[in-house]
Amino acid sequence: MNHANTTTTIDLEVYRYRPELETEPTFDTFTVPLRSDWVILDALNYIKDEIDGTLSYRWSCQMGVCGSCGMMANGEPILTCASFLKNYAPGPIRVEPLANFPVARDLIISMDDFMEKLNRIKPWIIVEEEKPLEEGEYLQTPEQLDEYKQFSMCINCMLCYSACPIYGMEPSFIGPAALALAQRYNLDSRDHGNQQRLDILSTDDGIWQCTFVGECSEVCPENVDPAGAIQQYKVASTNDWWKSKLMPWGNKK
Amino acid sequence: MPHQTSLKTVKRSNEPFWWALFSAGGVIAALCVPVLLFMTGLAIPLGWMDAPGYEAMYTLFENPLSRLVILVIVSLSAFHWAHRFRFTLYDGLHLKHLNAPVAFFCYGCAILFSAYAAYSLYSF
Repeated sequence: MNHANTTTTIDLEVYRYRPELETEPTFDTFTVPLRSDWVILDALNYIKDEIDGTLSYRWSCQMGVCGSCGMMANGEPILTCASFLKNYAPGPIRVEPLANFPVARDLIISMDDFMEKLNRIKPWIIVEEEKPLEEGEYLQTPEQLDEYKQFSMCINCMLCYSACPIYGMEPSFIGPAALALAQRYNLDSRDHGNQQRLDILSTDDGIWQCTFVGECSEVCPENVDPAGAIQQYKVASTNDWWKSKLMPWGNKK
Repeated sequence: MPHQTSLKTVKRSNEPFWWALFSAGGVIAALCVPVLLFMTGLAIPLGWMDAPGYEAMYTLFENPLSRLVILVIVSLSAFHWAHRFRFTLYDGLHLKHLNAPVAFFCYGCAILFSAYAAYSLYSF
């Protein structure tokens, strides 16, 4: 390990908001060692352990799987466990809570809105009737798996919501991750919930708020393509709409 | 699990109507307009291609099918513009509160423009 690296430092300007102390958020500047193997999350852990134990933030796995350490670094939504300090050298790095969400404390956002929306799109496999156990598993070919696999990689980190300018202006918009997850189940050969989800997603708060800015797909750490999912969904919803207008007898169940 | 249907409680958006025109317009504009621009704006004026004579053009547009093709290209492109401009005004200028007038203006322009194109081609 390069010793010169451990002696250099970098400044972090960290967003602070302690509702019992202050009505407006402030920024605290902390100086941390600039180690070449450190990510922003390491720097935050260093601050909490060595400088200010009151700093609050979410994290868990430290390996880009759990999706809990998403924050804004210099205005970009990122996973702090996957963003090396050296890429921001010489700094400073401005660390803020994810944009477009209400802040509960310091770097912690309230994710109630996202959880409610996620639930609304029915992110589970819907079957008309459960098969009896003796009929065995619901089999799927590798090709059928490939249809939806990309959209199943979402880790609910909500970076896409922070990047989405539409969600910033229209909080009622269901938003990228939830729409991509809806498509993950729609494209699953075992699922029969397409029509139920279409009824929810074809509203004004669903896919039709999206203007295909595409930032959601840019920032996604798992290379999910929510923007692509929404466009696919627009085509499906448009076909369904024209069918229901031109052949109103066709869709009755 | 009981089959739930929320068709009656949920209001489906009518956006697909405009979006279908927008998307058709995008496709047709992307396919046809560069070719037309290249031919009429570059190739013919710069002499890379011989200009079709008046007689040839006249014969081409005597066929109602040619005029219909032009009308479809012009009209769908106009609706593509209208949809895009509507969201530019909404989101870019934060005019969401003027939802109805903005939509009326944008799509109204596209409809008027299409009607004018239809009239011109009809009375050709």
